Amino acid sequence: MIKIFKYSFSDLMRSRWSFIYLGFYMLLGFVLLFLNNDLSKGIITLMNVIVVLTPMIGTIFGVMYFYNSREFTELLLAQPVKRSVIFLGQYLGISISLAMSLIIGLGIPFLVYGVFRSGEIFNFLLLLIAGGFLTFIFVAISVCIALFNANKIKGFGYAILMWLFFAVIYDGLVLLSMMVFADYPLDDFALLVSFLNPIDLSRIMILLKLDISALLGYTGALFQRFFGTNLGFVMSWLMLVIWTCVPVLLMVRIANKKNF
Amino acid sequence: MRAERKVCQDCEYSNPVQAVKEALPGDTILVAAGSYKCPGLEITKPLVLIGELGATLDGDNQNYVLRLLADSIVISGFSIINSGKSYTKDFAAIYAHGTSGVQILYNHIDNSFFGILVEKSNGGVIRGNTVSGTARQENQAGNGVHLWHCNHMQIENNEVFGMRDGIYLEFVDESDAIKNYTHHNVRYGLHFMFSNHDAYIDNTFESNGAGVAVMFSKWIRMENNRFINNWGTASYGLLLKEIYDGEVLNNLFEQNTLGIYVDGSSRVNYKGNTLRQNGWAIKVSGGCYTNAFTSNNFIGNSFDISYNSKMNDNTFNGNFWSEYTGYDLDRDGNGDVPYRPVKLFSYIVNRTPETIVLLRSLFVDLINFSEKVSPAFTPDDLVDQTPSMKKFQ
Amino acid sequence: MITVSNIKKSFGRLQVLDDISFKVDKGGIIAILGPNGSGKTTFLKILLGMVIADGGKILYQEKDISKSHEYRKHIGYLPQIARFPDNLKVREVIHMIADVRNEPSNPEDLIKLFGLESFLDKNLGNLSGGTRQKVNIVLTFMFDTPVIVLDEPTAGLDPVSLIKLKDLINKAKAAGKIILITSHIMSLVEELADEVIFLLEGNIYFKGTPQELKSRTGSEDLEHAIAAILES
Repeated sequence: MIKIFKYSFSDLMRSRWSFIYLGFYMLLGFVLLFLNNDLSKGIITLMNVIVVLTPMIGTIFGVMYFYNSREFTELLLAQPVKRSVIFLGQYLGISISLAMSLIIGLGIPFLVYGVFRSGEIFNFLLLLIAGGFLTFIFVAISVCIALFNANKIKGFGYAILMWLFFAVIYDGLVLLSMMVFADYPLDDFALLVSFLNPIDLSRIMILLKLDISALLGYTGALFQRFFGTNLGFVMSWLMLVIWTCVPVLLMVRIANKKNF
Repeated sequence: MRAERKVCQDCEYSNPVQAVKEALPGDTILVAAGSYKCPGLEITKPLVLIGELGATLDGDNQNYVLRLLADSIVISGFSIINSGKSYTKDFAAIYAHGTSGVQILYNHIDNSFFGILVEKSNGGVIRGNTVSGTARQENQAGNGVHLWHCNHMQIENNEVFGMRDGIYLEFVDESDAIKNYTHHNVRYGLHFMFSNHDAYIDNTFESNGAGVAVMFSKWIRMENNRFINNWGTASYGLLLKEIYDGEVLNNLFEQNTLGIYVDGSSRVNYKGNTLRQNGWAIKVSGGCYTNAFTSNNFIGNSFDISYNSKMNDNTFNGNFWSEYTGYDLDRDGNGDVPYRPVKLFSYIVNRTPETIVLLRSLFVDLINFSEKVSPAFTPDDLVDQTPSMKKFQ
Repeated sequence: MITVSNIKKSFGRLQVLDDISFKVDKGGIIAILGPNGSGKTTFLKILLGMVIADGGKILYQEKDISKSHEYRKHIGYLPQIARFPDNLKVREVIHMIADVRNEPSNPEDLIKLFGLESFLDKNLGNLSGGTRQKVNIVLTFMFDTPVIVLDEPTAGLDPVSLIKLKDLINKAKAAGKIILITSHIMSLVEELADEVIFLLEGNIYFKGTPQELKSRTGSEDLEHAIAAILES
């Protein structure tokens, strides 16, 4: 697996897209900090960008890389290597190279502006870890979609739709159903829906660390009770791990059955 | 001839009770260090009681400790502990009734039901006292400084914590609360009811259960106070309920669930305040008319303004909004594009509080944007026409 | 060494392989023939584990190939269409495959044989079809495997390279290897094959020597023999 990972990773690291992605985050980091000159505000704005953008980039890259590396995959399939190893290796190649672009791209500007000397270091790390998780999750889901669809255009369409669903449509549906059922107790529902969408889960975890006071407003009590405790903290990270593992396992399952 | 009477272990008096009893009006009683049991000590003539460092008056957990029932009494420098606790009587460490010109100075009050309770008095001074308790629930304690039907009172430099309300004023007119520090009280840092023509200035209210409540009062000036860290499900920095003709000037509201909760208040000017990192900076509900918000800083709040109706009769001009994204081409210091401080999402959260879980999600940004372009649910005349480009210092 | 029993495969409603069974137990060249779409490539891919059969099984050295990937160590595969990652260099792809297989390889002689030295530092995406096929051949023959699977190996090759390829195949045969080959060039099959398996409508229509096939159809050469089968 290490070998497959190594080749995918070095292949991606040479592709200009990785550099564009890295450059984008670096630029974003510097611009945010230059405009705000305030680490904590920079981090709040960054959160908005990260929870939307890392899943999108992960989705697009996952599908794109999978279709582009079909030849590579087929070449490997005839070799004495396990299928799951081929796909896991490539998956780690994409995910880790993307996560590294994110971490290096944002890390440099925040380092320059002295994040280590401020109290924001933990919030910043939380943000990077959440961004990393989202990358791993969405690359896995999009590779699954690509495995399902031999047709590139279709696969790409479904993948974008999937991202759109988690990033926007899901929240729209949640908002709508909450307003329709406003007369019923919604606390548990609110907690449940935020667990069933990795983007929402990461957003809330970061929010609770960043501008907690508003969330504590009304329903906040529930959220504080839950996320504020060790149990909630462990549960939410565990949920992100589950969100990563399930699509990865699914990916391996589909890959093992697929004809090339 | 004013006499000075000493109280100590082997002085003329070994107990302040005896000294008070025998003193003549105008006498000064000096109490040396030591603990003196004097539950329900009644003072019915103008005396000056001065406690030396370490002089402790102990109420023995029954009754009031001191009852001041004459004018011009001075109580200074004592440590007063253990008033009685009762659910029917308002036992206090220092109780004053029907007095004029009473001075309560630099006392430390601990483990008492009420701290300082003053009724039907005028012209008194309450300065430099510390009232502390260990209350966790509202019924475990009374208020730190409690005034009822008073006027021309000065409440200065007191510190109150661990009580029910820090300072409670009911039917108190023409009085000032200055430089007090109330924190970690179970209910309000300052509680104000049916009191007119008062001012509170330079106070700090921090981490109290529900912040500061000012209700049913007129002509109140609130200036240079700091409202910090009042977090909780129903917590706020400042509640103004049924307040008319007030002034809220140069205050700081930081990290409160709600910065200012305005309910049914009219003709109040808000100027030079800084509202930073609150959940809601200002929440307006009920009929609020001709309030003016000018030259305030709104910085990093989750919501700047929240309205529960589409009607607006208040003005928001010339404030600094950290979320403002406009530009200033004519360089007059004001943005050229008006700013709409009310978001559609804050309207939704008002109606269905649980939707707060969607705070800062992309979908919410999208609906906020569309509402900004064409307001349908939020007051369309609620705009800052001249948003400041620079933060007010 | 290779036992194929009752292999079935369909893609959607299209039944590609119906019931394929045969056995190979000694070295030699076996040509798998059949009209377009008769399932030749599909069969080879099943043998390599790239396509999963719907039914039946293949044993290699008495072991079911679906159980482990280890048997692929013994197979060199030349795919029909030479597809490589575009941004890899020839040198890198050779190195990479050697690295992934983790077996001794000897690409130098083959590179020299096909004159690929000057292409080693070119990206695969920039190569012509014929040159890619040569790279493909190098990758297949650089390992010493007892089984070699060649899917249309002649595609895009110039006559000189074709002769070199035939030499390679004959050398492999002489070394006692099993060589499975598909081709549309009947002269090549006739020249090389020890045995012919003819697939028709998902079944083995004929299995035997080229000589038998010719005499059965009464044709002079293999091309006509096949044509006779298809027209009958």
